Amino acid sequence: MKARPRCTAAAALPPPGLPGLDPSWSRLVTAIASDGAPRTWHVLDRPPAGGGPAVGTLLCLHGNPTWSYLWRGLLAAAPAGWRVVAIDHLGMGFSERVAEPQRLADRVTDVGAVVEALGITGPVVTVAHDWGGAISLGWALAHRGRLAGIVLLNTAVSQPAGSPVPGLITLARSVIRTSCVSTPTFLRGTLRLAHPRLSAAVRAGYLSPYLGAERREAIGDFVADIPLSTDHPSWPALSVTASGLAGLADVPVLLLWGPRDPVFSDRYLRDLVERMPQAQVHRYEGAGHLLAEDRDITAAITAWLPTPVSIVSDHRAIRRSSRSALTIDTEIGGTGRRALWAELDDHRGDDSPAVIEMSGERRTVSFAELDLQTRELAVGLTAVGVGAGDRVALLVPPGADLAAIVYACWRIGAVIVLVDAGLGLRGMSRALRGAAARHIIGIPRALAAARALRWPGTAIAVGTTNPALLRAVGARLTLDDIRALGTGATTAVPAPGPEAEAAVLFTSGATGPAKGVVYRHSQLEAQRDLLARAYSISPADRLVAAFAPFALYGPALGVASVVPDMDVTAPATLTATALADAVDAVGATLVFSSPAALVNVAATADRLTPRHHLVLAGVRLLLSAGAPVPVALLRTVAKLVPAAELHTPYGMTEVLPVTDVTLAEIEAAGTGDGVCVGRPLHGVQVTVCPLDELGRPTGEPTDKPGLTGEICVSAAHVKDRYDQLWLTDQDSATQPQAGLPTSEPGWHRSGDVGHFDDHGRLWVEGRLVHVVTTADAVVTPVGVEQRIETLAQVRMAAVVGVGPVGAQAVVAVVTVVTGPDEPGPLASTALAAAVRAAAMVELAAVLITDALPVDIRHNSKIDRARVAAWAARVLAGERAGRL
Amino acid sequence: MKVLVTGASGMLGGAVARALAERGDDVTVFQRRPARLDVALGPSPVLTEYLGDIADPVAVRAAAAGQDAIVHLAARVSVTGRWPDFVRTNVTGTAHLLDAARQARARVVYVSSPSVAHSGHSLVGVGATAADPDHAIGHYARSKAVAERLALASARTVAVRPHLVWGPGDTQLVGRIVERARSGRLALVGPGTALVDTTYVDNAVDAIVAALDRADALAGRAFVVSNGQPRPLSELVDRICAAAGVAAPRRHVPYPLARAGGALAELAWAGLRRSDDPPMTRFLAEQLATAHWFDLRETRAALEWAPRVDLDEGFRRLAAASS
Repeated sequence: MKARPRCTAAAALPPPGLPGLDPSWSRLVTAIASDGAPRTWHVLDRPPAGGGPAVGTLLCLHGNPTWSYLWRGLLAAAPAGWRVVAIDHLGMGFSERVAEPQRLADRVTDVGAVVEALGITGPVVTVAHDWGGAISLGWALAHRGRLAGIVLLNTAVSQPAGSPVPGLITLARSVIRTSCVSTPTFLRGTLRLAHPRLSAAVRAGYLSPYLGAERREAIGDFVADIPLSTDHPSWPALSVTASGLAGLADVPVLLLWGPRDPVFSDRYLRDLVERMPQAQVHRYEGAGHLLAEDRDITAAITAWLPTPVSIVSDHRAIRRSSRSALTIDTEIGGTGRRALWAELDDHRGDDSPAVIEMSGERRTVSFAELDLQTRELAVGLTAVGVGAGDRVALLVPPGADLAAIVYACWRIGAVIVLVDAGLGLRGMSRALRGAAARHIIGIPRALAAARALRWPGTAIAVGTTNPALLRAVGARLTLDDIRALGTGATTAVPAPGPEAEAAVLFTSGATGPAKGVVYRHSQLEAQRDLLARAYSISPADRLVAAFAPFALYGPALGVASVVPDMDVTAPATLTATALADAVDAVGATLVFSSPAALVNVAATADRLTPRHHLVLAGVRLLLSAGAPVPVALLRTVAKLVPAAELHTPYGMTEVLPVTDVTLAEIEAAGTGDGVCVGRPLHGVQVTVCPLDELGRPTGEPTDKPGLTGEICVSAAHVKDRYDQLWLTDQDSATQPQAGLPTSEPGWHRSGDVGHFDDHGRLWVEGRLVHVVTTADAVVTPVGVEQRIETLAQVRMAAVVGVGPVGAQAVVAVVTVVTGPDEPGPLASTALAAAVRAAAMVELAAVLITDALPVDIRHNSKIDRARVAAWAARVLAGERAGRL
Repeated sequence: MKVLVTGASGMLGGAVARALAERGDDVTVFQRRPARLDVALGPSPVLTEYLGDIADPVAVRAAAAGQDAIVHLAARVSVTGRWPDFVRTNVTGTAHLLDAARQARARVVYVSSPSVAHSGHSLVGVGATAADPDHAIGHYARSKAVAERLALASARTVAVRPHLVWGPGDTQLVGRIVERARSGRLALVGPGTALVDTTYVDNAVDAIVAALDRADALAGRAFVVSNGQPRPLSELVDRICAAAGVAAPRRHVPYPLARAGGALAELAWAGLRRSDDPPMTRFLAEQLATAHWFDLRETRAALEWAPRVDLDEGFRRLAAASS
C-alpha cells in the first residue's frame, strides 16, 4: 500500500437513537495495542441480566465493513447468565482511528488485550462473522484454557484449493481506494445483501461510524489484508489458524450459515466442516451474508449453549447436549447385523434376474451380474477417489445401473444423495448445494442441468460414451470407465459400520424448502427388515418397483425387482398395461406403488388384455405409499388384482413405514375424523401429544383413544437427523416427555396431527401447521374435508382458518365438478348450504376455486397455507385474484 | 332492582327494557317520544316511561334519581348530520347521564359500538381495543368514542359494543336493506366477500344484562359483542332478503366508485341541508367493503355469556316476523 497521510481520531460513543442499540451497553476501553501504544476501543458490554456472576462470556467479533451493531440482537436477548461483549476492531466502528493498517495478527493480539482490559474471566464462547471469524479463531487458538465454544457465521479461514477467489473480493481489491474508502460503495453494497432489506434506520445505524472517507480507511485495510497469495504478510497468520483448527476437535462448534452469500458461499462452509467435523451446522435456506440480520441467530445460539457451564466441565456438557454417535455404537454394535448388500453376497453366482428394466429395450441383470458390477464399481469408485463418508449425488433413473451404483457406494461407505426430480430444478439446486455432494453420478440430461446450475461435485456420466456429449456436460468419467477401473482389480476397503452414514433423502418440500434427511446404515437395515417382516417378503417373492424409495430395496431383500415402463419423475405415467407387463416379466407377487400411479392405472384399466388380467391375479400384495389413497380408488384397483391384499402404509421421509392398514381394515373402520392409517408396525412406538386450545402440542404423550395431538414416532428406522439443519433437528427429535427437553435419536415429531380410536387404530387429521383454532375448538382439516368431498358436486376441498390464532374462522375452499353456475369466489347459496351441512363444523364461508395447490411429488398434499392466505385476502374484501 | 334504560324506542333498547322487566326488575324507560313497547313487542310488562331529552341535565337527573342501575343506549345513530348534533346527544348527553348516575350511586352499562376503535381497515378477529376518537371514522363513531372514554373513566361503568344488531322490528340494518331491495336500489359494494359479524338482538340483550349484573367487577372495561359467526356480506344480505321475502341484489358497485359516490352524496346532502340519510356515504362504503369480525373470548369469559340464538335460528325468527 502506498503511504499516505491518514487521519487519526479518538474512539467515541455511538450517537443516541440507533434502532435496537441500548446506549448503556456502550463503553470505551483503553489497552496496550499490538504496536505497544495505548489505544481505545469501543465495545458493547452487557452483564448477565439480574446481576450475579456470569456463567460465561460471549465474545463477539464483527467483520468488514460492519461493526458491533451487528450483534445488537444477541445483546438484547442475551442467553440467561451470559455476559455478552462485542468489540469494534481498531479503525472500525466507533473505535480509535489509527495511522497504520492493522494486520490479522495485530487484530488477534488486540482482542486478547481488550479481553484482559475488560476483566473477562471464566469460560468464553467466541461468536464471529465474516473476517471476524479468522480473528476469533486466532484468539481461540491462543486461549484454549478458557475457550468453551466457537460460533461462526458466514466466514472462512482459507481459500479452498482449486476454487476461484470470490469475484466481489477481487473487484473490491482492484479498486480499494474508490470502492471502500473514498466512497461507501463496498459498505452500502454489503448492507444490500440482507434478506429481507434492512430498514433505512438500521442501514443508517451501520453507516453511522463510517461517515466520511477518513473514517473508512480501515475498511480498505481489511480488504487489503485478505491474503490471496502466499507472499502476503497475513498469509502465515491465516494458514496457522486454519491448520490449528484440527487441534480444537474437543471444542464444541456451531456453524450458522446463510447460503445466499456472494462471498462466503457453501464451499467455505464445506471447508470449515472438514476442518471441524464436530461442528453442528444450521444452514438457513434463503438467508445470506448478513445472517445476523436475516434470521434469529440468538435463538440458535441460546439453544446450543450449555447452562450452566464451567470451564472444566463445559466441553463435556456441550457435547452431551449434542447427539453422540458413541452411545449408538455400543447399543447396536453387538447385534447380529446384516449389511444392506448381504443378499448380494449370498446370491453370488446366482443367474436368476435381480433387476429388470421394462423401458425401451427390456434389460435383465442377474444377481450374479449385479453383484459383480457392484464390486467392480466399488473398487473403481475408490480408485477415482470416492472415499468413506463422501457424498455421491445420484441423478439416475431406477434400474440396474442405479442399483449397482447404490450398493457399490454402500459397500465402500460412500453416502448416496437421492434428489427427487419432483422438487423441480430450483428445489434440486437447493437440495444438492445443501447436501454438498462431492460427486454427481447422472444421466447426461441431469449432468447438463448440474453444470448449468453449478451444482457441486465432479460429474460421472451414466448411459452415454459419446465424447462430445461428455465434454458438453463436463463429465470426465463415465460409469463404464469406473467399472473398467475396477474390473479384475481388488482393493481393501473396509466395510462401513452400522453407524456410518448411508443416505441423504429429501422431504417433498410441501411445507417450506425440502429438507435433507440423513440415514445411517443401521437405520436403513432396520427399515429393510421391517418391510420384510411387515409384508412377509421371502425369496419366493418378485417385486414391481413403482415407488422410488422402496424400489432400491429389491436387492437388499433378495428379491427380483422390475422397473415398469414409466417416467419415474411422474408417477402418473404408469399405465395399467405397463404395470401388467412388468408383473408378467417375472410373475411378480408384490407391487410397490403410489397413489398418483394408481390413479392412472385405474384410468387406463380398460386397455388390459385377458393375459394381463391373468398375470395380475398372481399378485399377492399391492402397496401404495407416499400419500393417502382414496378408498374408492383402492376398490377399483382391488378389482384389477383380485388375489392381492391392498396395503397403505403411513409414514414420512423421516420414518417409513410407521403404521399399516389394508383396504379391508379401512372398510371395517368406516368413516371418522381423518384418514385411518391402521396400527403401528412391529417395533414402532407411536404416541400423540395432545393439542392445547391454541393448537400447540403441549400435552403429555399418550396413546389414549380420542385425544387429538401431534403424532410422535419412535423406531429403529427413524432418520438419524436433518442435514445441516441443527435447530430443526433439535425440534423434530425432542423426545415428547415432560422434563426431557433433550434430543434423542430414534424419535421423530412428525408434524402430523391425529388420534387413536378405541381399537388402537391411528387416524391422521392433517398437518400440525394446518390446524385451525377457533374460539370454541381446535379443528383439524382432513376429517372435515372428507365429509365435504362426499358431496357429488365437490371434487376436492381444503379447510383452512382465517384470522388470529385462537379466534380463527373456519373456511372451506372447494373445487366443483362442473362450474358454469358457480362463478366464485363465493359459493352459491345452495352449494354453501350443502357444504355446511356436510362439514359439521361452523364454516364462516365456502369459497370456490378452479384448482387447489398440491405438492409436485404426490400430487395430493394440499398447500393449505397458500389456500389460507388467499382465503384471508378474499374474505377481507381485498382483490385476491385467482388461487 | 330499579333500572333505567335510555333509548328504549330503538329495537335493542326496547328489548333490553322488556327483558329486565320480565325477570322482575323495576324498569323505567327514558326517551323523547313514547316507546310504545307494547306495540313493538306485544303485551308489555309493567314499565314506567319518562319522556325527556338526554341533553337536558335536569330531565336526566330526575329520571336517574333512585335507580340502582342504568343501561345507556340513547344515541344519535344516523350516518349524516352536523358534528355539533352528534356531540350534543352522544357526548353531552352521556356526560349528563354519568353525572346523574354518580349522584344516584347507580352502576352503568354504556352501549357502545366496535366502530369506536376502528380506523378504516379490515377488522379480522380482533378484541375490544381502546376507543380512538382521533381515528374513528365519521361523526357517529367519533362521538361514541369520546363518550365511551368518558364512561369508562367513571366509577361502576362498563361498556358493551354490540356489532350490527338485527332482528324482527329492526329499522336500521334489516329495515334499510329490505326497503332498498324492494325498491330495486340495493347494490353490493365490492365483491361482497368481506366477512362481517352481526349480532342477533337477543344475544346483545343477554350480553347487556350480563354486563349490568357484573358492572362493579368489570368497571372500566369494554367488551365486543356479536354472534361470533362472521359471514361474507353478500351471504348476509341474501339471507336477510330471503327472510323478508324480497329479491336479493344482483348488482355490485366497485368499492372506489362507491366511496367516491359516498363522498359526493355527503357533500350534496350537506349542501341541501337534508336530514335524512343519503344512499351512500364514505363510512358506509368502507363498512360494506372491509371485513369486520371479532375475537369474543374475553367477552365470553368475563360476562359468562355466549350467544344463544345462532344465525339460522335468527333468520327463521326474522322470516316468521316478516310473514
